[in-house]
Order: sequence, then structure tokens, then C-alpha cells
Amino acid sequence: MKHSTLLGICTLAASMLAASSAFAQDASPASSRTLETVKSRGTLICGVIGTSPGFSLPDSQGVMRGIDADQCRAVAAATLGDAEKVQWVLLAPQQRFTALQSGEVDVLFANVTWTMTRESQLGLQFPSIYYYDGQAFMVKKALGVNSALELDGASICMLTGGTSELTVQEYFSANNMTYTPVVLSEGEEARAAFLADRCDVYTIDSSSLAGFKASQGEAGEDFVILPERMTAEPLGGVVRKGDERWFDIVRWTHYTLVNAEILGIESGNVESFMDSEDPRIRRFLGMEGELGATLGLSNDFSKTVISQVGNFGEVWARNVVGVDRGYNNVWTKGGLQYAPPFR
Amino acid sequence: MRSASKSNRRPIAGAADLRSLALQAALVLGIVALAWFLIDTTLANLRARGITTGFAFLFRPINMPIAHSWLEFVPGIHTYARALLIGILNTLTVSFIVIVAATVAGTLIGIARLSPNWLLARVCGAYVEMIRNVPVLLQLVFWYQMLLQLPSPRNAITVVEGLYISNRGIRYPTLIEAQGGGLALGAFALGCAVLVALVYLRNRFGSERLKSRSFLPAGVLLLAIGPAAVLYLSGTRISPDVPELRGFNFVGGSSLAPELSALVIGLSIYASAFVAEIVRAGILGVPKGQWEAAESLGLSRVKTLRKIVLPQALRIIVPPLTSEYLGITKNSSLAVAVGYPDLVAIVNTMISDTGQAVEGIAIIMAAFLTISLAVSALMNWYNRSVALVTR
Amino acid sequence: MTSLSNIAGGPAVTEAGDEVVMRPPTERGPLAWTRRNLFSSWTSGITTGVMVTVLVWIGYRFLDWAVLRAIWTLPGSSIADTQLCRAETAGACWALIHEKYRFILFGLYPYAEQWRPTICIAAFIGLYVVSVDRRLWGWKIAAVWLAGLTAIFILMRGGVFGLRPVSEDLWGGLPVTLMLATFGIALAFPLAILVALGRASETNPTVRTLCTLYVEIIRGIPLISVLFMASVMFPLFLPEGLTVSKLLRAQLGIVIFVAAYLSETIRGGLQAVPSGQYEAAKSLGLGYWRMTALVIMPQALTIVLPPIVSLCIAFFKHTSLVMIIGIFDLLNAAKRSIGEPAWQGFGAEAYIFVAAIYFAFCFAMSRYGQRLEKRLKRSR
Repeated sequence: MKHSTLLGICTLAASMLAASSAFAQDASPASSRTLETVKSRGTLICGVIGTSPGFSLPDSQGVMRGIDADQCRAVAAATLGDAEKVQWVLLAPQQRFTALQSGEVDVLFANVTWTMTRESQLGLQFPSIYYYDGQAFMVKKALGVNSALELDGASICMLTGGTSELTVQEYFSANNMTYTPVVLSEGEEARAAFLADRCDVYTIDSSSLAGFKASQGEAGEDFVILPERMTAEPLGGVVRKGDERWFDIVRWTHYTLVNAEILGIESGNVESFMDSEDPRIRRFLGMEGELGATLGLSNDFSKTVISQVGNFGEVWARNVVGVDRGYNNVWTKGGLQYAPPFR
Repeated sequence: MRSASKSNRRPIAGAADLRSLALQAALVLGIVALAWFLIDTTLANLRARGITTGFAFLFRPINMPIAHSWLEFVPGIHTYARALLIGILNTLTVSFIVIVAATVAGTLIGIARLSPNWLLARVCGAYVEMIRNVPVLLQLVFWYQMLLQLPSPRNAITVVEGLYISNRGIRYPTLIEAQGGGLALGAFALGCAVLVALVYLRNRFGSERLKSRSFLPAGVLLLAIGPAAVLYLSGTRISPDVPELRGFNFVGGSSLAPELSALVIGLSIYASAFVAEIVRAGILGVPKGQWEAAESLGLSRVKTLRKIVLPQALRIIVPPLTSEYLGITKNSSLAVAVGYPDLVAIVNTMISDTGQAVEGIAIIMAAFLTISLAVSALMNWYNRSVALVTR
Repeated sequence: MTSLSNIAGGPAVTEAGDEVVMRPPTERGPLAWTRRNLFSSWTSGITTGVMVTVLVWIGYRFLDWAVLRAIWTLPGSSIADTQLCRAETAGACWALIHEKYRFILFGLYPYAEQWRPTICIAAFIGLYVVSVDRRLWGWKIAAVWLAGLTAIFILMRGGVFGLRPVSEDLWGGLPVTLMLATFGIALAFPLAILVALGRASETNPTVRTLCTLYVEIIRGIPLISVLFMASVMFPLFLPEGLTVSKLLRAQLGIVIFVAAYLSETIRGGLQAVPSGQYEAAKSLGLGYWRMTALVIMPQALTIVLPPIVSLCIAFFKHTSLVMIIGIFDLLNAAKRSIGEPAWQGFGAEAYIFVAAIYFAFCFAMSRYGQRLEKRLKRSR
């Protein structure tokens, strides 16, 4: 009887183990097989923040929306032919690199600023810059402040977990000014604190500031985003080092979006370009040559991406509220978004 | 009685002992093997991901601003170690204030729940149920939102000239010691120590008559006149530092930030509901005869409660109260949700800055284990002092 | 302090009614009741007056905001539409809940498949209700739970019986909260029993020491540090290439945390079983495991049922801490529902909505615990 009880406990333990192993998935090793893994799995596992309006935030129906989310969709469309075959993994800022390094996600579009140490020390690579951002200050008009250099003595609401605390500190000590930090862990609290006058200044990337300002409707007219950008924050997709082919795929998926905008190809009119005589367009859309095959994709992957996700301009218009495109326009319209030739 | 069973088994004790020994050896081996495997994998992973190990980072300067600290902290100059120390002090501050506030409020509410006034008892009952059944994290966020609704500094509520309440916190005047810093504080601490020693000696050796006399006047004298005398004799002069509105905010004086207030209010209210239940159970645990006896002696209700019932209830109250205090200490780690830089919040930033999660979590665990053990020890000592002495 | 004499009454009125001081029969009727219970003395009268004033004032302010000036629906959900809720005269913006309730309840779970988590919530509630029935206690209830939890898991995850597979990264909202709490307690139970037995073991000092260490360390640290460990440290423990989803890691952390507390409660029960029971079982020739399983444990568990219910309430609330490591539980989903620019700033409405849900579950459990305690007291 004693043995049978022990046996029972063992069985229980074993069944618990079995249940837990149902969760544990053998992830792709950090080799050049990410694409194969994605194809055999049938979904792209994409790491996003999930709490960042305009970049990745679920809407009322639980559908992920934002530029980050659409970048994921574009990669899924390029590799699997279906933009909806994305499996989202939500990652807090301090978890996102571990998740990519350990193979929990295939690619990361999670508000990550491209920095040198992230490439040199963390074993990561940045295939593309899909958003040129910079940390800025927002104040209320009533304060009469026109420059960040007039902020001596202000109290400043900021978020913990990223680099914004350090940036503010560096900026103020470089300019010999003092401030009172109000460091909060969530955007919701920080925005509420700013609205309630808990702090004079709210600082975060200018894109988020603009979105917040727009959200307030007429009341938003009382806010001013100060002209200084304390940092350059090029936001990029991130992949593991050691899989060059996968790096190429993520990079050229982004260039597909940009190139489509430059050529004026949109999700709505892509079919009408199929009988184009222009060799650039014929190569780009896969009617001529073997460009897709060189990446291990189908030749018409660009067409799939554009018809399902749209071009970069469409992605922008769909997701970004109240931000002037500025640097983020394509180069033909004076911005920094540039696509190398598809040939 | 289970040792008796051992002797029953004496005939096969040798075999059983041997088996138990083998089992223990196997267990130890298993644990060692598991630990070795985990440590080995972890080190391999850390190497593969280029994360450094060790505590060397503690002595590197950190560039993070800290919103609230008892010690001077200059980002970029002071080290991680100092930031951690500030975090621990902040955790202790919050825990201490909340423990005191929750005990006072909880006791009053617990007693009020037993009031003959139907409305009062019911309202307190509803309060306890409402507070106990909603997550404390949600309550903290709620209180922070509430405090933000206070007027801004320009429209601050002026309680008296020099004391202002706004959504930037409570701003109050302080005294600045022009010279001889720390002397008054030292004298105050000395006074406290002497007072505690005197109370202890009285309780230990004093006569019954002495024990029944209150020490309050003598205590106030010791704590107030002592420092004042020291100040006067040492020639220290103090000047008041009164806050005034200048530029963006109040300048001068000292302030209690709304982040700290929200944390203290939220945690105190949450804990007070549990303390109230503990106190109520303690009072109900005192036999009814005690009430009746006191009443027949002509004691008023307040007197009965203070002199007869509460002292006896204390024996029932102290053990659960100890675990409530431990709970409060641990709940203070939720500070990160309302932006108060406690130990966990600071370690959290540290982890995302250095990537050294293992060390960071080890620091949190060590600090909290130490605090928990200290609180337990203190409360056990107190419990022994109120325990029923059976003669 | 105005009415300390009034506050400091004897045990006259108690919420649970478990102690009633006999009073001489006096006049009856509502007027007499009022005089006796609300205006027995002038301090009592003042207290009543103050309380009524405060209650009416708070009640009116709340009603005015939550009902009279509230906005229940909006024509759409764009920024322009929600400006209606931002007007000076607007009260609570319940339109937020109208728009987002499915997101708050189910998080990222695919919209078309949300009937599945709905059934799961019902199944969880069903499990709780069935567990109240004392006739089923014993192996039957264990079987029901095992079947119920397996069914819930399969329904949520899909991939069999033609159900679309849904990765646990997409689970969110109320089912996740219920799951973390319920699986947390259910999986912690066997572990807690073993640890409690190990800690009470007199013949095996190694096991005793290990169990004691485990319990004391876990009980000395906050849950949030265990969750941090699960989210950032745990991946480092695993060999290259093996990953475990974040939800499971958090679940594991919660199980380890709950088991330490549960085992202490169970150990208390073990100590409360009279020693005669041990002796009687031994004299029947029962071995250690049979004695424990058939005689001691059932009694010990019955004794500690009320504190176990309190533990359930505590951990049900504590699951909300997983928000800090970024899991979409009920509280986190509520927070995210006000992230979209159009809905930013309506925190109070979202928090009140989820607070009501938490309250409903915890209050029901707490009422059940009180009933259980009373019954247990009577049966002794």
C-alpha cells in the first residue's frame, strides 16, 4: 500500500510535468534556421511592448494595432504569405532582450532604440530603422516656457525602465539646472500626473507626447512640446546575431514598405501595377527576376506585403495620431526613409 | 507520542534507520545535483549573453535620479550601493509609518464594529468588507489618482501660513540648525533610550504603586527639555525655513510627496481592515464574564475596555498581528506602482540598467528576509512580555 | 474621539451575529429600535448624526458622478467622439466600459473565439460552487477538479476537437486571473501537503531542514520578488533553446509562493489533531502513509478549512501583481484599455469596473469562509 501511494504521488508529479511540458516549446536555436522554424511552425512569433499607443496596443477587440504591430505583420506576410499569422508575445522593457536571446521570439519590434552596446554586447542586430524619434519635453502653455533651458527647478514626470530617466539627468546636469523627478512606472499614471499638474513637465519620446496631445482634443491645444530633442532615438527591429539570412529578410521587408511608398504603390492599387512596363516595378513586384528567391522567399513577396499591410505611408497614417511626419517621410519628400535599389 | 512509535518499531529499527539514512543521502545528492545543474546552466547562459556577474557594479556611480531620499544623493556621483541603501531606508520608512497608522486606525475600527450604535457598527463592517476584498495594488493606484485631484501649487490649500497642501504634496516649514548640527538629534535619541530603560526598569523591579503611575509627564520632559537644553548650552541657534511659492513650485521647508502619501494611505487603509478584524476577534475572545464583572464594579465602558478587556485581548491579538506586520512590510514593495523609490523599485531600475537580474533579486531577498526576521523577533519579544504568566 | 464611550461598547452587535448579549425585553417597534440602537445616549446620537451626514454627502457626490451626470454610450470611439466625456459637465464615462468590456474581460484572446474563455469563467465558477457541497468532499471533489481544470485548459488552449489553437501568450483578462489563482492553489495543494509533512517529520532531519528553509525563505520575501525571479531569472536557468511561456513562469512562481503559506496552515492543522488519533491509527497497524492519508490528513484539513479560504481570498487578490511583470490579467487589461489616445484619462471608470469584479469573487469567498467557520465551531 505504501508503494502504491508513492506510485500515486509519482504519477501525479509526472502528469504535472507532462502538463507543463505542453507549455514548453522547443524554440529555434540561434542558428540560420529562423526562417525554416517560422515556416514549419506556420506563425511568426513577434515580440512587442503591447502597452505603447501608436506602436503596439490592443484595440477594443484585442487586435494589436500600431507601427510595431504592422512591421510584424509585414514580416509575416513576406515569410508566410499571410499578415495575420503573427503570434504576439508581450514584453515589458526589461524582458524584451532576454526573450529574443533565449529564442522565445523570432523578431522584436518593441520600441527598441538602436544603440552601440546593444549590438556590441547583447548579441543583437538592428536590420532597419522604422521610426526616427527623440526624447522631448512637454509643458502647459500657461507656464510661458519656450525652451527646455528655462526649466530650472521644474518637477518632471518620467517613466522608469528605459533610458528616459538617465537622459533627463544628463541634460539637466549638462546645463547646470536642477529638477524634481517624479518617476512613475506606467504611462497611464504619468499622463494623469501631468494632466493634474503634479508635474510641470512630461518627458518621453516626442511621438508619444504628440499622440497624448492629440488625444486631449481641444484641451490638448494648451500643451506645448518644446523644440529641443535631448536624444536621437532611432527605433529599429531587432534580431539575434548569427542568422544573416533572417536579418536580410527583416531588413528588406521594411525597405519593401518604403519602396512601395516611393513608387506610389498602395494596398488598393497594387493590382493595377501588375501590367506595368517599368522594369523597376516589375522587378520589385516579382514579375521579373528572382529577387525574392535570393532571400528564400517567394518572388512576389513584395506584392503580398503591400496588398496585405500597405506601404509605409499607409502604415503611418493608420497608426500615428497627431505627429508631423518630418524625418519619417520618404526621402523623395524630404525625410530620412530611404530604400536601396531592389536589383 | 511519535517518539513512542519509534520504540514500537525497535525490532526493525536498524533497517528503517538505514533506509532513512539512504533516503536522506539520496535527497541531498539530488538537491546538490539540481543546484549544480542550475548554476552551471545559468553561468553558461550569462556568458552566452554577455552579462557580467558579481557585485562589482555596486560601487559604480549611477546616473538615476531618486525622487525621495533621506540621504543626499547626487546622480552620476553616488554609487549603486548608496541607492540601494536609500531604497532600504525608504522601505523601512513606509513600513514603519504604515504599521503605526494601521494599528491605530484598525484598533479604533475594530472596537467600533462592536459598538452598540447600529449605524456605526454597520458602516465599519462595510468598510472592512469593502477594503479587504479589493486588491491592494488597485487601491494604491486609486489613491494616487485621488491625491492628484488636489489643487495645483498655485491654488494650494493654505492650512496656516507656511503649511500648504497641493497635489505636489504637503509642504511644511522646518527648522534649520545654523550650527552644531546633529547635537539636538543626539540628545533626543539619548532621551528616548533613557526613557525606554526607565520604563523597563520600572516594570521589572518597581513596586505596584510605581507601576500604576503614568510615565507620560516625565517622558515629555525628558524628550523636550533635554534637546532644548543641549541646544542652548552648545550655543546652537535655529532658524525656521518657511516654504513660499517661487517659480514652478514651493521653495523652502520640507514636503511629503503625494507618491509617498498615496502609498502610506493606501497600505494603511488596506492593513487597517485586517487589523480591525484581528482586534475584533481578540475582544470577542475575552470571556463575557470580564465585561459583567467590570460593570458590576461600576467601571465605565471606556475604562472597562482600556483596563480590563484590551490587555487580555492583546494575548490573542499579538500573534496574528505579527503576521499582519510582516504582510505590511512585504506589501510596501508595491511602491513601484505609484512611483515611490523603495528597494524593489530601485533594484528594478538597476536590473534594467545592468542586466544583472540574479544579483538584484538576491539583494531584494536578503534585505526582506532580514527585515522579516527582525520584525518577527521584535514581536515575539513583545508577545512574551504580554503573555499570561501562569503562577 | 468625540464618542469613545459610545465606540467602546461591549460585544452587543456583531456582524456575524455569533455572539448575542441578552437584553431584558423592552419596548418593541421601529421607534424603540431606533432609540435603542441609534440614540441610546447623547454621544451615540451625535455619532449617528455625523455618520448620516457624511454618508449622505458621499452618497450624493458619488451618485451624481456615477449616475446622474454619467455618459453611458458614445456615437463612436474616435478621439472626436470621446471629447463628449471630457466636457466639464460630464460625469463617469461608462461608455469606456461599453466599448472595452470584452477587452478587459478577455484581453488579447481572439475576438471570434471569446466564447471559449466565457465558458471557462462559467466553469471556474461552477467548480467553486460545487466545492461548497460537503457531500462531495473527498476523492470525488478531487476528481471533479482534475476533470474541470483539464477541460478548462484544453478549451483555452485549443488545438484538439477542431478548436483553433490559441497560444497562452494571448490569454488575458478575467480567465487569467481566475486561472492564476485557482491553478495556483490547486497545484500548490499537493506540494504544500508534502512540505507540511516534511516539516513535521521527526525521523528525517534533512527533509525537515529543507522544508523549513523553503517555507521560511518564501514567507520572508514579497511575492513581487518571486515574480521578478520567474520573469527575468528563470529563463537563465533553462538550457539554450528551451523556453517556457511567461504565463507559465508566473504560474510556477505563484505555486511556489502559495505552497509555502498553505503548508504552514496545514501544519497548524496537523498539530491540532489530537495525539490520540495518531496512537489509535498506529494501534490499528496502519503505516505512516496510510495513517496520514486516511486518519490524520482529513481531520487536519477540516480544521484548517477557514484559514485556507482566507488564503484563497488573499492569493486571488495577489494575482493582480503579475501586472508588474507585464501579464495581461484583469487589472492589467483594465489599465491597457485606457491606453488608446481616444480613451486616455478614464482610469477611475476602468478601475471601478474591475474592483467590482474582484469584490464579487472575494466577498463570496469570504462569506463562505464565515459560514464554514460557524459550522465548524458548532460541530465541536
